[in-house]
Amino acid sequence: MGKENDKVIGEVTSGEYKYGFYSDIEIESIPKGLSEDVVRIISGKKGEPQWLLDFRLKAFRHWQTLKMPRWANLRIPDIDFQDIIYYAAPRKQNTVDGSGEIDPEIKKTFDKLGIPLEEQKHLAGVAVDAVMDSVSVKTTFKETLAEAGIIFSSFSDAVKEYPDLVKRYLGTVVPYTDNFFAALNSAVFSDGSFCYIPKGVRCPMELSTYFRINAANTGQFERTLLVADEEAYVSYLEGCTAPMRDENQLHAAVVEIIAENNAEVKYSTVQNWYPGDKEGRGGIFNFVTKRGLCRGENSKISWTQVETGSAITWKYPSCILKGDNSSGEFYSVAVTNNHQQADTGTKMIHIGRNTKSTIVSKGISAGVSQNSYRGLVKVLRNAAGARNFSQCDSLLLGDKCGAHTFPYIEVDNQTAIVEHEATTSKIGEDQIFYCNQRGISTEDAVGLIVNGYAREVINKLPMEFAVEAQKLLQISLEGSVG
Amino acid sequence: MLEIDNLWVAINGKNILKGISLNVKAGEVHAIMGPNGSGKSTLAAVLAGRDFAEVVEGSIKYMGRDLFDMAPEERSKEGLFLGFQYPIEIPGVSMVNFMKTAVNEHRRHKGLEPLSASDFLKLMRDKKELVEIDSKLANRSVNEGFSGGEKKKNEIFQMAMLEPRLAILDETDSGLDIDALRIVANGVNKLKRPDTSTIVITHYQRLLDYIVPDIVHVLYDGRIVKTAGKELAVELEAKGYEWIRNEVDRS
Ligand SMILES: Nc1ncnc2c1ncn2[C@@H]1O[C@H](COP(=O)(O)OP(=O)(O)OP(=O)(O)O)[C@@H](O)[C@H]1O
Ligand SMILES: [Mg+2]
Repeated sequence: MGKENDKVIGEVTSGEYKYGFYSDIEIESIPKGLSEDVVRIISGKKGEPQWLLDFRLKAFRHWQTLKMPRWANLRIPDIDFQDIIYYAAPRKQNTVDGSGEIDPEIKKTFDKLGIPLEEQKHLAGVAVDAVMDSVSVKTTFKETLAEAGIIFSSFSDAVKEYPDLVKRYLGTVVPYTDNFFAALNSAVFSDGSFCYIPKGVRCPMELSTYFRINAANTGQFERTLLVADEEAYVSYLEGCTAPMRDENQLHAAVVEIIAENNAEVKYSTVQNWYPGDKEGRGGIFNFVTKRGLCRGENSKISWTQVETGSAITWKYPSCILKGDNSSGEFYSVAVTNNHQQADTGTKMIHIGRNTKSTIVSKGISAGVSQNSYRGLVKVLRNAAGARNFSQCDSLLLGDKCGAHTFPYIEVDNQTAIVEHEATTSKIGEDQIFYCNQRGISTEDAVGLIVNGYAREVINKLPMEFAVEAQKLLQISLEGSVG
Repeated sequence: MLEIDNLWVAINGKNILKGISLNVKAGEVHAIMGPNGSGKSTLAAVLAGRDFAEVVEGSIKYMGRDLFDMAPEERSKEGLFLGFQYPIEIPGVSMVNFMKTAVNEHRRHKGLEPLSASDFLKLMRDKKELVEIDSKLANRSVNEGFSGGEKKKNEIFQMAMLEPRLAILDETDSGLDIDALRIVANGVNKLKRPDTSTIVITHYQRLLDYIVPDIVHVLYDGRIVKTAGKELAVELEAKGYEWIRNEVDRS
């Protein structure tokens, strides 16, 4: 690529993170550090029942026996788990029922993020659970949804109001023994969303959770539990941002989804945590365990993710296809720029007969970033007629970044059909020039080309999110053409 | 409109264009012919601002400005259009989106508001008719899976959308069937105004029956070795390049 283009490429990738502001909100937090006492304090603050405290304590004791996983293609600096605050909450939040007044500062914060907390101002058809640091500050449309029998609330409220449901499903898809970060989350998770769609109900609006980290030195450990009963349908969205800071912050979430007979869950994420600055200072460590269980026959779980943020992403939204004829999908766009690192992908575990899975992964790397796809397709002995199709594409912008693919395939049933395709390409100088020749600047050309490349995935997102995601892709790559 | 003066261009240290001078005035149609590899596309690329070729010497003025001071996208917005010999595919980017971005960039450059969605679609419709391009092509990704001829038609469609001042058409006729050739040529003619100019790069007289040139140049080994009226194209068609070669070698 020519010198001129290199320069432009450099400029294009130096885009700014638009959500890096900090809100001066009075917070209540506990001292740094992690111990059984801290676990008890968190549980106590939430007024939790004994069974949940026990769950946390078991998880904590188990976590103490574990070591940070090092198998990912990531360079993770040592994390001092005693140097993190495990609970921080805005002091003037309204609690429990969501009817009280919210601190105007909190409202302002979410307004600035484009997430108004007043229902009348809201995009028609999207209900929001807004989580700041360790607590949910507001859940909109709760009442409207309740009329359809749908439960959509903060996790803490759900524990109080629907303890039996929470107890029945919590940890059934991601047990606390699953991995290091799942164990940590199970011990100290603070809030998140709970959602239950009863039998036969199609959720009439998009449900969403917006996660905001605001406080310094604080980790966010949220927990999301989504249950679609028989014949139910829900589309769920997740967004996230954080202030710009020089130090890293830890985000270790767990998401569990259960789909019963004929149920369908669509889970979409636009992940835009602060990625750190151009030199690689600061940014969120995003270590997330997301898994769906297609428990019922003909059930379907679909993950769509657009990952543009975080300094380090370690994330494998997966599907356990247990019910016969169930299907799982994973559509992913992961963008890394500057010093970002991502190791992301999926696991599709075929247990039931005639189970189907589709994986479409589009990695885009720029700057000196490293972008890895890691995926497992596992077909168990009884999964006769299982089918998988995987497509993993990597696009490189520049020649200092890396794209890697680690597909693992384990097939124990001879009738299964597993297909894997992979491509790696560089963004075409001729494509950029063609756009230039039509009057389109190199920045815009990169945006167009990258969005075209990712279109198959973007198209899976709900409309409003798709538009957001397209802009985000372009912004994250500003300064990167190469 | 365009004044090229003693242009020397090298690719990887090897001279490809060796002292080209060419003057194109408003309203003129110039044809450039010449054997394969003589440097026609290289000249077109330099005019459009592609940076793989190094300008060693010479100057180019476009609309009174130094062309080398203008970025490729600015040249486009100032009305310079290149119809590519090999149009580029951009998977996943719809023609509609692509053209909308381009048209609105051109408008912004002129200080105009972006077109509304409905006005834009109307413009697309009108221009599609002009070049008789299949409606379906406009809904597909830019050039992706287009046949050779469709790609060339699509270039002229884009030209119609952008209404350039100076159009450089690099072998737009190759790959077109007989009907398409006529349609495309008619399209180009309809877009002509007294203040616009066209440089047609071609190997065949056929196209020049439709787009009648005022001046025909022969580019041979990086040099313009012959310049004459439209009858030169007829002569070349009949005799090939051999006699030119002999003439050049003699001198
Ligand atoms: N990117 C490049 N790298 C190396 N050589 C090149 C490059 N582009 C063009 N050339 C060389 O420059 C010379 C002129 O090529 P150019 O494409 O301009 O010819 P042309 O007159 O357009 O030919 P044709 O009629 O076949 O289209 C050729 O010898 C070609 O091989
Ligand atoms: Mg050529």
